[in-house]
Amino acid sequence: MFFRRFSLLIYALLILVPLLIVILTSMKTLQETFRSPLGFPEGGLQFENYTAIFQEQTMAGYFINSTIVTLFSVSLTLFFASMIAYGITRLNNWIGNFLFILFTLGMMVPAQVSMIPLYSLMLNLGLTNSLLGLILVNISTTLPIAVFILTGFMKTLPRELFEASTIDGAGNWKIYTKVAMPLSLPSLSATAIFLFVMHWNDLLYPLLFITDNAYKTLPLALLEFQGEYSTNYPMLFTGVIIASAPMVIAYVFLQRYFVAGMTAGAVKG
Amino acid sequence: MKISKSIYFFFLPGVLLYAIFFIYPTISALFYSFTDWDGLSSSFQFVGIDNYERAFTGDTIFRKTIGNNLKFMLVVVVFQTLVALAFALIVLKNTKTTIFLRALYFFPTILSSVSVAFIWSFIYDPSLGILNQTLELVGLDFLRQNWLGNANIAIYSLAITQIWFHAGQMLIIFVAGLQAIPEDLYEVAKIEGATKWQTFRKVTWPLLAPSATIVVAYTTIQSFKAFDLVFAMTGGGPNNSTQIVATYIFDIAFRSYQFGYASSISVIFMVIIAIITFLQFKALRSDRISY
Repeated sequence: MFFRRFSLLIYALLILVPLLIVILTSMKTLQETFRSPLGFPEGGLQFENYTAIFQEQTMAGYFINSTIVTLFSVSLTLFFASMIAYGITRLNNWIGNFLFILFTLGMMVPAQVSMIPLYSLMLNLGLTNSLLGLILVNISTTLPIAVFILTGFMKTLPRELFEASTIDGAGNWKIYTKVAMPLSLPSLSATAIFLFVMHWNDLLYPLLFITDNAYKTLPLALLEFQGEYSTNYPMLFTGVIIASAPMVIAYVFLQRYFVAGMTAGAVKG
Repeated sequence: MKISKSIYFFFLPGVLLYAIFFIYPTISALFYSFTDWDGLSSSFQFVGIDNYERAFTGDTIFRKTIGNNLKFMLVVVVFQTLVALAFALIVLKNTKTTIFLRALYFFPTILSSVSVAFIWSFIYDPSLGILNQTLELVGLDFLRQNWLGNANIAIYSLAITQIWFHAGQMLIIFVAGLQAIPEDLYEVAKIEGATKWQTFRKVTWPLLAPSATIVVAYTTIQSFKAFDLVFAMTGGGPNNSTQIVATYIFDIAFRSYQFGYASSISVIFMVIIAIITFLQFKALRSDRISY
């Protein structure tokens, strides 16, 4: 019993201590960090690094870019994927099966395969250094997992519901919006959270397609702070906190949904 | 029942985007893997299977990269799965404390890889880092290391970071799997006088197999795709000792502009992942046991 409690405590500390260090370091000066890297900030809670990072960087801009890209990528992926899932579920024939397999196969292809030709495609289409470009790529790469989860769920809904609505004279669009969507809410919310975390934190595509500061998202901007601030950890950690804040706040309030969403995503490869 | 043809419009936007930004580039990668394309000029030549030959016979860095990836994968899969399972068994019952702890253990999963990379670069920092400082504090000075700068251990340092990052997520999958095991099976085992180990071996383990397979499959693939973490923490160095396939492809494509060759490596990468996924799906099927 003691051993169990002790292990639980150690694991908890392994998570908490690094997070605490991040918070404390963000409130120190560089000199303080060198003098006592693990001590408390000498001047108490001070937020000078936070004001400094907003002055030195176009932090607000990165934040807005990340928000735009994430919101559009998540909502459009959900919209398109749920329409496909509905179509596959209703069709229930070889075309539906073929599309399902086509999307499922996409889950197996690592981003590093399509990224090389994708890079020149984006250049040719003039979609580099553009938030629209990022959104389009994000949607295409997360459609497979979203279609997979949503189709799996919609297939468990009773067919009679759809058929009864058809007999009542409802068209596909009406059945999709009034029957399929409301009933799929649990699966939609889980997928939404999974996509939120994924798109908010994505590094690879911004790294490939964005070079102009005006279009950078938070993870890319953060990565490049490393070049500028080198081992100025107080500044780096201030960036980490600002970039993680929305996810952390959402996690505190929507914990249960996060856990459901992130494990639904894990069932994929 | 006949369905209105309007159903096909439901596929239109998604399939269109998927075809342009995913299927087309993926197939192009296959095509370019047989060329010497540099990614910039519009002309290129077919070189047959030269790229593949080079990958398998001439490229010592690629061989090293595969080795690194296997080391990284092995450490992460074994230790992450064990940690996740051991702790899942302890926090299995729903009480206020366990629910809080599960949420805490899960927490790193929602951070971005770049954030995690910064946090752990600081922990591993040779002079400022908490790791070396703690070792000094408890009198284990001789264990002090340049955790990311030493080519012999850097890949293992990265593996530990990856475990810290994702063990909580796997723990939750195990908890879900364990909680799905009917309580009466344990009662029967108790009545029959089974020891704790026997109960684990005969009841818990066989019924846990599906979630264990999911965890192992997911962890394996995740460890092959750990691009962000490696890219942000070591960039593949020192001396390619932490170069994994995903970062190597990026390097050849976007640092030395050998798009053709990078494509062929990416195709090999895809085949490796497909084989692993296939094997694990098969294992998942055969492991299903019901009482």
